[in-house]
Amino acid sequence: MKKLLIPALLSALLVGCSTTPLPEDSAGAPVESRSGTSTGVAPVTAGGLDASGLPRELTDPKSKLSQRSIYFDLDKYEVKDEYKDLVASHAKYLSANKGFKVLLQGNTDERGSREYNLALGQKRAEAVKRSLTLLGVSEAQIESVSLGEEKPKDPGHDEAAWSQNRRADILYKAADGRGEF
Amino acid sequence: MKMNAMSTIFRFIFLPFFLLTVGFAQAQLSFELSGAGANRIPVTIVDFPGDPAASRVITSTVRADLERSGLFKLIDHNNLAFDENAPINHADWKARGADALAAGSIARSADGRMEARFRLYDSQKGVSLGGAVYVTDSQQLRLAGHRIADYIYEKLTGEKGVFSTRIAYVVKTQGKFSLQIADADGQNPATALMSPEPIISPVWSPDGSRLAYVSFEKKKPVIYVHSLASGARHIVANQKGSNSAPAWSPDGRKLAVVLSKDGFSQIYSVNADGSGLQRLTQSSGIDTEPRYSADGGTIYFTSDRGGSPQVYQMAASGGDVRRVTFEGSYNVSARPSPDGKSLAFISRREGRFQLAVMDLASRQVQVVSDSNKDESPSFAPNSRMILIATEIGGRGVLSAVSSDGRIKQRLTVAAGDVREPAWGPYSQ
Repeated sequence: MKKLLIPALLSALLVGCSTTPLPEDSAGAPVESRSGTSTGVAPVTAGGLDASGLPRELTDPKSKLSQRSIYFDLDKYEVKDEYKDLVASHAKYLSANKGFKVLLQGNTDERGSREYNLALGQKRAEAVKRSLTLLGVSEAQIESVSLGEEKPKDPGHDEAAWSQNRRADILYKAADGRGEF
Repeated sequence: MKMNAMSTIFRFIFLPFFLLTVGFAQAQLSFELSGAGANRIPVTIVDFPGDPAASRVITSTVRADLERSGLFKLIDHNNLAFDENAPINHADWKARGADALAAGSIARSADGRMEARFRLYDSQKGVSLGGAVYVTDSQQLRLAGHRIADYIYEKLTGEKGVFSTRIAYVVKTQGKFSLQIADADGQNPATALMSPEPIISPVWSPDGSRLAYVSFEKKKPVIYVHSLASGARHIVANQKGSNSAPAWSPDGRKLAVVLSKDGFSQIYSVNADGSGLQRLTQSSGIDTEPRYSADGGTIYFTSDRGGSPQVYQMAASGGDVRRVTFEGSYNVSARPSPDGKSLAFISRREGRFQLAVMDLASRQVQVVSDSNKDESPSFAPNSRMILIATEIGGRGVLSAVSSDGRIKQRLTVAAGDVREPAWGPYSQ
């Protein structure tokens, strides 16, 4: 009797809902413990980051440097000619203000795989990075990342919305750590 | 006598559960079956005598599980209740059309835990197919029901049941994102992570205790590993650039990840603690969405090296790259089945994104869904069903499709968009 109970004891110690065989039958599998909460899942809340404190020339709508978005054609990853001036303005500012850093966020429209879109958005961010470095900006000032299809500017499901979402954004951070990322 | 002795022992050795109510608004999923297997097994689950409320929870869970699988046809039990030791008139049940019958009982032990006993019979032959006792917290009666359903499923189909497994998915509600864990039937949801920023690509560790996922809470994609029971989490990859597409090695020691630190997205492997980073692919384009084969020897992935995104495979240590998909100009998100026999992926056909399954031996491809915005396939651990995210009426929903396309289940959530499903492993 005692011997027979040892496996049951062991499994009972390991699990929250145990199984023992009916006499003459083979055992079912033990049930796992979901302790901690009734579901075994402890909730966690992630914090966001605050953005503030950049010089006016970067945020004033009258300043060219407040324009931070570069739009792309469908399935295209090159910076179009119409954005060359904009990129040049940012390159000039970054070259003159080495303490500033930029985060380039590439974006895509919603169609297709989220992870593949993340890789496509990275291509757009890399294209802007390459334009900036060709104009003399130090690599150390730039980080290019992708948000894929996760942060659409326009939540719609048509070409008008998608054209807004095929985009790379430039976010700034000052030397003292204040900024947009 | 033996049972009484056992229940006394259970009373003393089971640790008390902390029954914390999870205080977040949770989105309950409900399942709906459309399409079923051709030859469903007729089975009867009678009511279990004992605590009537507990009996209702357990037997209704068992019946719903079996029915939802599409492989069973429930024969009416006529509100009859009898326990696992009661004599059964098998000829009578056979005449009513039942091939199998389960009977059982529920007893409450002095510590408030519940003991569910049951036995499964072959009504055709009039013999017992086996039985078990499940001792469970009264809050987890449904889990006991899932266990009983798994037992019946395995005895009658010959393959393991997945009713007691769990799924993870992301719900977007009013601009907030939550990573939720629910039972495989969508019930009992719990929030593992709430964030104002997107969460994508959750994947279960092979032992089911942790999830790896990509969170955008640092304004860029960063890979975390999150222990579900404690809520403790750590960063596995936060390199310069994007960090995404985590995939566990079958031994749970490593993750394949996608990093853009060297330019475009490339595949690396990293230990689960974030150490030992190693580059696995060397292309001038995109390599992403890695997944280990069940034997750990191969990694399937998506690459645009041939001009359009296609599925490729390579040795898990890198190298020996071979193209796997050839039909069409967009084949992504490959997931090898746990039994190693097939590969699920998303294929774009005439503008529709659909779930396709390749038989790895014959390389035959079959489109198995009838929806058109399918994403993120995830195999059940028994390889029979594939969970996908798709869209209905402009809203994200989850759908489960059998790997032969015959059985379809839809999970809808009361509010919000559901996406990024991941089917967990067998519970241990």
